[in-house]
Amino acid sequence: MICEECGKNPSTVHLTKIINGKVSKMHLCQECAKKHKNFDFDSSFSIHNFLTGLLDNTNDGKLSIEHVEKYKCEKCGMTYGRFRQTGRIGCSNCYNSFREKLVPLLKRIHGHDNHIGKVPKKAGGVIRIRKEIEALRTRLDEAVRKEEFESAVKLRDKIRELQKTVETK
Amino acid sequence: MVKWLDGQKNSNGIVVSSRIRLARNLEESYFPQKMDDKDAEKVIEQVKNAVINSNSVLSKDLDFFKVSNIDLLNRDILVEKHIISNGLLEKPEKSALLLSKDEKISIMINEEDHIRLQVLNPGLSLEDSWDLCSKIDDILEENLKYAFDERLGYITSCPTNVGTGLRASVMVHLPALVLTKYINKVLQAVSQVGLTVRGLYGEGSDVMGNLFQISNQTTLGETEEEIIKKLKNIVIQIVQKEVAAREKILSANRIHVEDKIFRSLGILQSSRVITSKEAMNLISNVRMGIDMDIISNIDMTTINNLIIATQPANIQKYAGKELSSLERDIKRAELIREKLNS
Repeated sequence: MICEECGKNPSTVHLTKIINGKVSKMHLCQECAKKHKNFDFDSSFSIHNFLTGLLDNTNDGKLSIEHVEKYKCEKCGMTYGRFRQTGRIGCSNCYNSFREKLVPLLKRIHGHDNHIGKVPKKAGGVIRIRKEIEALRTRLDEAVRKEEFESAVKLRDKIRELQKTVETK
Repeated sequence: MVKWLDGQKNSNGIVVSSRIRLARNLEESYFPQKMDDKDAEKVIEQVKNAVINSNSVLSKDLDFFKVSNIDLLNRDILVEKHIISNGLLEKPEKSALLLSKDEKISIMINEEDHIRLQVLNPGLSLEDSWDLCSKIDDILEENLKYAFDERLGYITSCPTNVGTGLRASVMVHLPALVLTKYINKVLQAVSQVGLTVRGLYGEGSDVMGNLFQISNQTTLGETEEEIIKKLKNIVIQIVQKEVAAREKILSANRIHVEDKIFRSLGILQSSRVITSKEAMNLISNVRMGIDMDIISNIDMTTINNLIIATQPANIQKYAGKELSSLERDIKRAELIREKLNS
């Protein structure tokens, strides 16, 4: 069979549409079929498609159109919808713009949502101390729970000391 | 001379090479998928200057190339040598490369992320590679402002790299595990502990010549040291399994193992037409033979170099011109004879 549109190449794509019970058929060649937007040819299956599939699957309810358009990064203009398509973000601020959606995704991919590795030296001073304070707070709670007040006092003082250093920086 | 192909005299040859890769981005600039030519140029300049203006040996050791200035054949050769990824070639006018003289250190600019820093070493040397990679990372950071989130760590284009941005991988040669069909069990176990296995040329590539790349899958929630320690631990166990499988096939069937290895060498030394796939399989057998002291007159570095030298782009470079598929197979046979009969 020859392609219905160009009448030149053999048709390799056969589309059957059923709309309200009306059946229509089309026979096209690869080239002409590509011009039709309603099929997606070169959508190779990549890690990024896979990822974005994960995004909305298990999250809070259904994803509406407004939802997709509501989330937009104010710095680079990347929409959440576009991110879902490509699986890649547009700038460092996208993580703030889509945080609500991205953090659960990261948790699903990595099993964690908290970085505990290397911290940049320059920006890192304060961050490193804050991370330490966080860890000390957990230990403090633990000490209070166990009624180990002596060590709790030491931990509290240590936390105060560190907080002062953060403030002066 | 590609450093990572050096045969390691003191360790066994099962581990071919170790690689550490860090993904980094600049806070200010749009990420590669959003950037226009001007943004791209700016990032290239910033990263290049961060290296050149650093008071380190790095500034002298690294050479700078714009991808658009590297000819097509040499681009493919860099991919075959594992120095760059195919991703870097997608937008040649926007991307660049910094490469050390021994090809051990490479910095890809504007691949999927602004910076992909890689250290590639022969043998099992994950810690040393990480040390070096982290030091270079510190040098870059002196002059660049990285995208970093207090909670999520280093920010990357793709969520799969967020956190440490670290991909540690080890290339292993496992012919005996393949031969004894234990390999599937091993690979299954590996994926259960959060590591991935890929072929010689990464994602989606076939396993050729019994070479496997094992790497960490996740990047967030563990420290770099923990990720590396876990990978190393698993690799050491796989090596032990391979050694055990080699002993097993030798004790069960020594003469047939020797026969297979020497026949493979014989074909490589005399064939006139050879496909890449056949060459890889025979090279794999010979490589195992060298490692098991069955073959003694060929060294590991020569055979390691053949793995890369027999890839399509490298063969064309050797021939000095573009070749059809058949011409390549003829040249490949010629090159192998030359290297193994001298």
